[in-house]
Amino acid sequence: MKRIIVFLYALLLACQAAFAAAPSLPLPGDSLYQSPLSLQDQQGRQFDLASMRGRSVIVSMFYTACSSACPLTVDTIQEIRRALNVPDRAAPTVLLVSIDPQHDDVVNLAAMAKAHRLDPTYWRLTRPTAGDLMAFAATLGVAYRQRTGADFSHNAVIALLDENGRIVAHTSVIGKVDTAFVSAVRERIAGH
Amino acid sequence: MRSRLLLLAVALSLAASCAFADARYVEVPGGAFRSAIKLTDEPGDRVDVAPFRMRANLVTNADFLAFVSREARWRRDRVAALFANSGYLPRWAGPLSLGRNAPPDAPVTGVSWFAARAYCASEQARLAHWTEWEYAAAADAQRRDARADTARQTRLLAHLMDSFGTPSMTPVGDGPNVYGLHSMHALVGEWVDDYAALFADVDTRNPGENSELRLCGGAALGFIDRTDYTLMMRVAALSALTPADSSSSVGFRCVRDIGGGEDINQKVRS
Repeated sequence: MKRIIVFLYALLLACQAAFAAAPSLPLPGDSLYQSPLSLQDQQGRQFDLASMRGRSVIVSMFYTACSSACPLTVDTIQEIRRALNVPDRAAPTVLLVSIDPQHDDVVNLAAMAKAHRLDPTYWRLTRPTAGDLMAFAATLGVAYRQRTGADFSHNAVIALLDENGRIVAHTSVIGKVDTAFVSAVRERIAGH
Repeated sequence: MRSRLLLLAVALSLAASCAFADARYVEVPGGAFRSAIKLTDEPGDRVDVAPFRMRANLVTNADFLAFVSREARWRRDRVAALFANSGYLPRWAGPLSLGRNAPPDAPVTGVSWFAARAYCASEQARLAHWTEWEYAAAADAQRRDARADTARQTRLLAHLMDSFGTPSMTPVGDGPNVYGLHSMHALVGEWVDDYAALFADVDTRNPGENSELRLCGGAALGFIDRTDYTLMMRVAALSALTPADSSSSVGFRCVRDIGGGEDINQKVRS
C-alpha cells in the first residue's frame, strides 16, 4: 500500500512537471513567433522574439534615422494606447523592431525612447542581433528596401499579436487613430 | 559484402554530386543600369549594380526535393501556414515524391517566397535583389543590355503569352546569355528578395496618406520604360503574390555576393 502511495505521489509530481511545461506547447502554424529572431532593446537587454509569448503585444517596425513616418508611427501607437482608457500596465506592451540594425545601436534606440518619453516597462525599442529580419518583416506585412545612404523605403504596419504571436488586428493608418484597431485592442484586453 | 556496400556508397555519393551538378554560379560583373521600374530613390534613375554571382540555372524539382528531404519543416505536409499557404508544391505527387507532373529537371514552381529564401540560404546564397535580377535578365547571348532590341522584345512576349496557356512549363531552349545564365525568361516570374518593397513604396514623406497600397500591384509602381511589356507582366505577376503565396508560374534562382557569403538573406550579425 505504502508503495502505491509513493507511486501515486511520484505520478502527481510528474504531472505537475508536465503542466509546468505547458507554455512550451507548439506554436500555432500562423504564429509570428516561429521566426527565430534575437533582439536587443534600448536598455541593452537581450531576448528572443518568442519570449514575448504569453501576452498581447503591439508590434511595428521603424528605424531611428527615419525622420517622418517612424516618429509618426510611434506617436500613433501612443495615441492608440491612450485611446484605450486603461492604466498603462493594462494596455499591451509595444515592441518596435528596427529595420536598420547597422545604425541603430543601443545608444540610438535609447535616445529615441527618451525623445518620445517612452517608458521601458511598456516600450521595447529593439534591434535584431540574429535571425532573418526581412522574413520576420514579411510575416508582419512589412516590406522594405534600402535606398541610398541610411534611407529606407518601407510601409507602415501596426499589428496586434495575441499571446501566441498571431496577428489579430493590424492597421496601416498612421498619423491618426484607427478606431477599428483600437476596438480590436480593447476587445482583446477585455477578454483577458 | 563490404565491398558491395562500398560500391553502393560510391554510387550514392556520385548520384548526390550529380544532383548538385547544376548548382553552378556564374559571375555577373556589375555596372550602372537604368531600371525599367521607377525606384524613386536613385538620382537620374540609374542604379549601380555591384558584381555578384548568380545560379546559372533555375532551382529544379530535384534540387528542391533534396532540400525538403534535409529540412523537413519545408515539406508540403509540415510547412507552417505562416510561411506557405495551401498552394505550396501542388504539382508534386507527395511530400517527398515528384511524380509525373513535376519532372526532376524542370524548374520548381509553386514555392513561397519564404521557402525560396530558405532554399537559397541552404546553398549559402540568397535571393537576388530586384535590380540584380533585372540587370542579369537584360542580357542576351551577345549583349549585356539587349532591352532595346524590339525583335527580342516581341519574341519574349510571344513566349510569355504561350506559357500562360501551358499548365506545365517545358524546359525551353533558352540558351545561356552573355553571363552564362540559362532560362532567364522561361518562367513568368522569379522570386526576388525585395519584390514586395517594389509595391510597398508608399512615400514615407506623405505618411498621412492611406497606406493600403501594399501589394496592390501597379498602383504604387511607376514604369520608366513602358515598351518592355514582358517585364511589366513579370512584375505584375509578382505583385499579386504575398510572401506566403505560391504560384505555378513563379520559380527562383539564388545569388551569392562576391567575396564570401556575407549578407546571406541579410542575416544580422552583432
